[in-house]
Amino acid sequence: MNDMTSEQRAERLQGMGCKRKRVEDIRFVQGKGNYVDDLKLPGLLYGDFTRSPHGHARIKKLDTSKAKAVPGVLAVLTAADLKPLGLHYMPTLAGDVQAVLAEEKVLFQNQEVAFVIAEDRYAAADGAELVEVENEALPILVDPFKAMAPDAPVLREDIKDKTEGAHGRRKHPNHIFTWQIGDKEATDAAFRKAEVTVKELISYQRVHPCPLETCQCVASFDKIKGELTLWGTFQAPHVIRTVASLISKIPEHKIHVISPDIGGGFGNKVGAYSGYICAIVASIVTGRPVKWVEDRIENLSTTAFARDYHMMTEIAATKDGKVMGLRVYTIADHGAFDACADPTKWPAGFFNIVTGSYDFPVAHVTVDGVYSNKAPGGVAYRCSFRVTEAAYCIERGMDILAQKLGMDPAELRLKNLIRREQFPYTSALGWEYDSGDYHTALRRAMDAVGYQELREEQKAKGAAFKRGETRELMGIGIAFFTEIVGAGPSRNCDILGIAMFDSAEIRIHPTGTVIARLGTKSQGQGHETTYAQIIATELGLPADDITVEEGNTDTAPYGLGTYGSRSTPVSGAATAMAARKIKAKAQMIAAHLLEVHDDDLEWDVDRFRVKGNPERFKTMKDLAWAAYNRVPPGMEPGLEAVNYYDPPNMTFPFGAYICVVDVDVDTGTTKVRRFYALDDCGTRINPMIIEGQIHGGLTEAFGIAMGQEIRYDETGNVTGPSFMDYFMPTAVETPKWETDWTTTPSPHHPIGAKGVGESPNVGGVPCFANAVNDAFKFLGSTHISMPHDNWRTWMAADKLGLHG
Amino acid sequence: MSKVQVSMKVNGKTVDALVEPRMLLIHFLREQLNLTGPHIGCDTSHCGACTIDLDGKSVKSCTMFAAQADGADILTIEGVARADGTLHPLQEGFREMHGLQCGFCTPGMIVRAYRLLQENKNPSEEEIRFGISGNLCRCTGYQNIVKAIQYAAAKINGVPFQEAAE
Repeated sequence: MNDMTSEQRAERLQGMGCKRKRVEDIRFVQGKGNYVDDLKLPGLLYGDFTRSPHGHARIKKLDTSKAKAVPGVLAVLTAADLKPLGLHYMPTLAGDVQAVLAEEKVLFQNQEVAFVIAEDRYAAADGAELVEVENEALPILVDPFKAMAPDAPVLREDIKDKTEGAHGRRKHPNHIFTWQIGDKEATDAAFRKAEVTVKELISYQRVHPCPLETCQCVASFDKIKGELTLWGTFQAPHVIRTVASLISKIPEHKIHVISPDIGGGFGNKVGAYSGYICAIVASIVTGRPVKWVEDRIENLSTTAFARDYHMMTEIAATKDGKVMGLRVYTIADHGAFDACADPTKWPAGFFNIVTGSYDFPVAHVTVDGVYSNKAPGGVAYRCSFRVTEAAYCIERGMDILAQKLGMDPAELRLKNLIRREQFPYTSALGWEYDSGDYHTALRRAMDAVGYQELREEQKAKGAAFKRGETRELMGIGIAFFTEIVGAGPSRNCDILGIAMFDSAEIRIHPTGTVIARLGTKSQGQGHETTYAQIIATELGLPADDITVEEGNTDTAPYGLGTYGSRSTPVSGAATAMAARKIKAKAQMIAAHLLEVHDDDLEWDVDRFRVKGNPERFKTMKDLAWAAYNRVPPGMEPGLEAVNYYDPPNMTFPFGAYICVVDVDVDTGTTKVRRFYALDDCGTRINPMIIEGQIHGGLTEAFGIAMGQEIRYDETGNVTGPSFMDYFMPTAVETPKWETDWTTTPSPHHPIGAKGVGESPNVGGVPCFANAVNDAFKFLGSTHISMPHDNWRTWMAADKLGLHG
Repeated sequence: MSKVQVSMKVNGKTVDALVEPRMLLIHFLREQLNLTGPHIGCDTSHCGACTIDLDGKSVKSCTMFAAQADGADILTIEGVARADGTLHPLQEGFREMHGLQCGFCTPGMIVRAYRLLQENKNPSEEEIRFGISGNLCRCTGYQNIVKAIQYAAAKINGVPFQEAAE
């Protein structure tokens, strides 16, 4: 090995930058993953919910006697059982409370009313069917624009007299918060002076992250020890432990939370749900382990929706297309309880990234959060907090402005993109963007697809359409997005008062193999593979010799978990910093063994060598052994380190996407002819995994833009919360993706990485929407709302008089 | 509830058991036989996470009773690799081509692809996409799953695998 060149030795490590095959796959391809529902324990019981058929009703009578008589049913929990324990409500991540089981009123369809505990899941389901509830139906509120009307039904009677919410004054019983940011006066002045303005209501429909594995848990309470073990589909296991302790009053050291393999999360598995609380209580009551597994309808209709943002968007500009100001007023529908998963100080997430990639001199944003008779949630579905809403808002807005100005949308963007020399760039709404080279990215994307030729083809096709020679329209969509991920600096980001740092602990064994434990939790992102690559490069030990472990709160250092593309920016940084502590100690050991001063050594891939005398060296493997038997006098033996990383700033990945669609105006069918995605996520750790993440994120974006919607009818029924109706793209509809990249490292991150998992959702959704809208633009249409399913597209064509 | 006797072959082994008449095949496999490779993703036969091979056909085991499988010959993901532990070309292909992320759809996807390659030894990309359209994946966007199946087809057919130009 010592006659290998540095390059050969580096390649052997499978460190950062290589397309290392995934460690996880070995078990997954053989059906040997270990998911929550795979867990079997002696005496395991099953819990199932009785849910409300009404969207808004007063519970007059609740009778569980028939359910309790079902063979195999052991007990039925209702709010009356939980109330004496103070557990009928639980705190949400947004400073509100949420009913664990409905007490006097139900506030959304499928709300949890009773929890039936039985010997098997069939008996539990039988029991749940037989819980009798007598309801008095109440007026329904599903339109967020009517929530604050004087005559609107009061939904939350439990807090109706509370005029102060978690985020300031409430101006109506159905009002949650008002959040404002930016310079209102200066923005209003910019609009008064503007040569051109546009205004459009841009609505982002309610959707659901819908991982293939639903939310589930197993709670096992040991009465003798007074200890609770909770296995679950938790994206943030440590936070769940803290919440479980605060709610149950079981001391935190007596709670063991374990997230085993997770079948996708996309934000759905961040929050705490009634099922977890009920399973814990049921285990305490019965003295046996209790499993709760959501079915798909429960998943889509109760746990963690996303979006439902309605954004009145205004842009002021000069007549030659320089943007002068942005004003956005948003109504945010949070459902029946404010269970939005955002850092405490950010009730509208990082929505103030809404100035996007453009150099707006001034901007002002107001968000009003309101209650409705819909399921609670408001999680980020594969995006950082409210960032995809912001990207959709500004990217549609820029296209609408381009249309009004008669400018090409790419030209308008090039004119207003933040220039390379402006970084670090402070936006009008207060963010400091770390790094970027936007013009290079957009020009490269335009060259890659032959943008000018596409526009010429579109023009010819439009003319042919007007002559009646074709019934097909061509649309070209552009989106240039800036993400904001890696929450976050503890000075402005916390969850329930816990600062949003993250952690890594690395321990080198005497033989030079490694275990690393982290505060994050992979749900398919491949952390076992990529974190090992960071350590391999930092410490010169082969990635194959490094085990990465997450998800066990007893062994892993405390961390805030995996969502908002924060694993690489925060735990990835912690990993590099912990490795560097180890390396510094190893250097002292090497100096001792080689009998030179520390400063006389230099690092070479996997070893410290004496400067000017490369034949004299100690490999990291040698130093691992020495750390346990030949350390310098006065030094502690062993070779391990832990780092809790509090990032100095967020990271700002960006990208340029272009999509070409062909729309059949008679059927409303939209075919995606081409989709090109250029992403810049800073330093790239594993290009294979990055590409996979982008494919997946674009496919989710395609689902959202082209069909997904969690819809409610006027009587409060959630329509179509199953795979029969909720659009899940199959391999047939899913377009082929072309991926590309530029690399602009983050200047403040130890390895320059920015995070990538959610970029394709943030950029993808507006890109599809812009493409469909672009197809109709030449006929005078300004904005067609998502989702762009065949029916809506046909309706849009019909409204334009295209069906004769 | 009175139970019924079933007998079937699962991954080459004969299994005799008593089951409730209403027990779904997926629950029988996962909970009575401890074959937790096939998963439950939707309960309505849309997602295909529970796909198994039954008498030479791809079957969604969440929509069939265990009692209906009496006498059947079943293959689950656990029976796909060779007895000596060598991975099947599909299992190898999924890893080589990065055809999986969270791994939840993977067992059903591989078992479906296993049958697809018996029905059509050399499927085109379009035929693969159509052939796996009863199996949903939320992570990969399918592009690398298609490549993984092409990789396996090439290996089974003894021809070199050539990745199509993007």
